[in-house]
Amino acid sequence: MATDTTPRTSGAARRPTGTLSAREGMARQYDYWLTVYKRTWRGGVVSSFATPLFYVVAMGVLLGGFIDADPATLEGATSYLAFVVPGLVASHAMTIAVSESTYPVMGAIKWHKTFFAQLATPLAVRDLVNAFVGFVVFRVASACAVFMLVLAPFGVFESWWGPVLAWVSQVLVGTAFALLAFGYSARLRSEEGFGVLFRLGVLPLTLFSGAFFPITNLGPVLEWVARLTPLWHGVSLSRMFCLDTVDWSLAAVNLTVLVVLSVLGWFWAVSGLDKRLEV
Amino acid sequence: MISARGLRKSFGDFEAVKGIDVDVRKGEAFGFLGPNGAGKSSTMRMIASVSPVTSGELRILGMDPATDGPAIRGRLGVCPQEDTLDNELNVFDNLYIYGRYFGIDRATCRDRAHELLEFAQITEKAKAKVEDLSGGMKRRLTIARSLINNPEVLLLDEPTTGLDPQARHVLWDQLFRLKQAGVTLVITTHYMDEAEQLCDRLVVMDKGLIAAEGSPRELIDAHSTREVAELRFGVGEHEALAEKIEDLGERVEVLPDRLLVYSDHGEEVLAAVLDRGLQPIATLVRRSTLEDVFLRLTGRSLAD
Repeated sequence: MATDTTPRTSGAARRPTGTLSAREGMARQYDYWLTVYKRTWRGGVVSSFATPLFYVVAMGVLLGGFIDADPATLEGATSYLAFVVPGLVASHAMTIAVSESTYPVMGAIKWHKTFFAQLATPLAVRDLVNAFVGFVVFRVASACAVFMLVLAPFGVFESWWGPVLAWVSQVLVGTAFALLAFGYSARLRSEEGFGVLFRLGVLPLTLFSGAFFPITNLGPVLEWVARLTPLWHGVSLSRMFCLDTVDWSLAAVNLTVLVVLSVLGWFWAVSGLDKRLEV
Repeated sequence: MISARGLRKSFGDFEAVKGIDVDVRKGEAFGFLGPNGAGKSSTMRMIASVSPVTSGELRILGMDPATDGPAIRGRLGVCPQEDTLDNELNVFDNLYIYGRYFGIDRATCRDRAHELLEFAQITEKAKAKVEDLSGGMKRRLTIARSLINNPEVLLLDEPTTGLDPQARHVLWDQLFRLKQAGVTLVITTHYMDEAEQLCDRLVVMDKGLIAAEGSPRELIDAHSTREVAELRFGVGEHEALAEKIEDLGERVEVLPDRLLVYSDHGEEVLAAVLDRGLQPIATLVRRSTLEDVFLRLTGRSLAD
């Protein structure tokens, strides 16, 4: 038994002398992530761009062709395609963020132990989280940007500045979900937990957060459940900006939720990795 | 270089290190010798400034890991027990990118990586994938990587575990060259031959405590006889036969497969055993090693 123990401070709170600035900590890992990107970007193109394209064609164009709804029931969209695109891209941002922050995080802890190697250098836990999530957010941002550009000629956007702000909100969705998934993965002992996350987290959120149909269709109770999900706030922002139907007070709430989740997610990710790597 | 006083490490109720005092001097090769679970690796991780000290005092290069962790880590090299090479990067990039973590500029990193590939004798593998390397090459690459920042102290946790004898000798030779170059080495091992080969001074650790401290020679002189006679009899006979010969040496140890008779004159012990009409299946007279020191201090062999 330990006779006396000094209180442990978490990596997030501790600021030892010689600690790198957040910027320097990220900069030192730039070459690493650049090398990873050079090696993996081709595969990323397929999953990041092709998958949502399939969705748009299947759901937006082909299935949407059967939907002849009054714009009032489609939150102001003139077609189902214009309705579904902003939601699809937002939910795609979540999917990329979660996928890139699950198995790769466990790999870096458990299989390849790259985090342990990195931590033997002046880098600290928070630097590892910042660079890792920074890379995921870059992946999300580039995938969403290309996707929004590809969709521009299809007449689904109502202004030039709206899609830019929609893209920012999609990136914010990616940031929040990357950090939350990172924190979850850092605490997970076995990869079986990812099945639960994808089946009971990602899939229901994708289907019921208003990406494919207005959440008012869910009925009053489920509608409020949907409003509490983090993805809905991203879908709501993305759609309001794309369709130029911005309700600024709602947008402020949506934005606040995503920012607060990102901040909480950062502490959750750093504390999770800090505990996990202390052996 | 390193000084510890009353150093402890606990994980919940389990106390891995139970209060040790250690001093490592500049330029020496210092060893932690002990069986698995002795607390060596926990001690090493505290020295590497990645695992917080539970209690006691620890100073590395004059700094406190609790407040100066990043500064200390910038001047240490760490070769962990398990390979933590990045399998997704090639051999050269493993060195180059690791150097970048220390804030070394790109050109210097490249030069240094080439030098270290040379040092580790894996230059021709520079573009190879890590997973295509042999176990010995991976270990040499790990050591090369730990040298990328020109560390003042190199920490090696079980550096040759799992390597074949030839690969071990190549590695020992490289570590010896580093020592000649003035790098302070801190090594944990459960191989007594490794400790004898490499260490100027070592501590024997057991159950989280230091059982003895000194140079390999001093430890052997203090805790064992000059020679050991090993006698192998039939299975199950050793316990009973030990009583018949216990007067022949200073001490007799009964192991499952043999008897060890400690004496300064091993050959005389053998002759006396045969005189008593005992017929061992196999015999051997050898010099005492750190293994014998450990057996004497803990009552157990290092392999336990």
